[in-house]
Amino acid sequence: MNFAPGDAVIVKNDWPEAHGPVHIRTPHYLRGHKGRVVRRLGAFRNPEDLAFARPAATRALYHVAFPMRELWPEGGETDDVVVEIYEHWLERP
Amino acid sequence: MDENPNRSPHDLGGVSKFMCEAVDMEPHALNAFDRQVDALSGVLRAKQLMTVDEMRRGIEAIPEDQYLRLSYYRKWIRSLADNLLRKGIITEAELRAALEAQ
Repeated sequence: MNFAPGDAVIVKNDWPEAHGPVHIRTPHYLRGHKGRVVRRLGAFRNPEDLAFARPAATRALYHVAFPMRELWPEGGETDDVVVEIYEHWLERP
Repeated sequence: MDENPNRSPHDLGGVSKFMCEAVDMEPHALNAFDRQVDALSGVLRAKQLMTVDEMRRGIEAIPEDQYLRLSYYRKWIRSLADNLLRKGIITEAELRAALEAQ
């Protein structure tokens, strides 16, 4: 899926960790949270497959911003947490 | 934030039980072991025997009690050994013999 800067997104509330060994680069604290695409960083081979020496498709990687207060109550009111997230972890709200 | 039972041990961000622990900000000198592990990792990547993603997978597979106790490079050597065994580049018998010869 393609996203543009400013697009609203939701991180999939998915837990592949529950079903066996995985390599996941989407932090647990973002699953199911709403964010906003900041920029596209490029496209890279999917590390979730590379980690197991499997054939890996190329996936777009985005900087996504999340209001810090929505993740942690002690977060700064105007602060964002910006995290690199692969396209296959993002959905449209 | 409530603890999620599916969280992997290495996925520490925002976990409240770690929030009261001071973060060690002091620089640490590398010892001979650290340098050897770093060099070995570089050789394996240069020879395309292991990617950085496979290295990370091996670190993340370390059980939680050991993950929280092992030093940075002890985690690396565990992953290097795990990857080399998985790929059949070394055997368990060879690894055991090498460790016993130390």
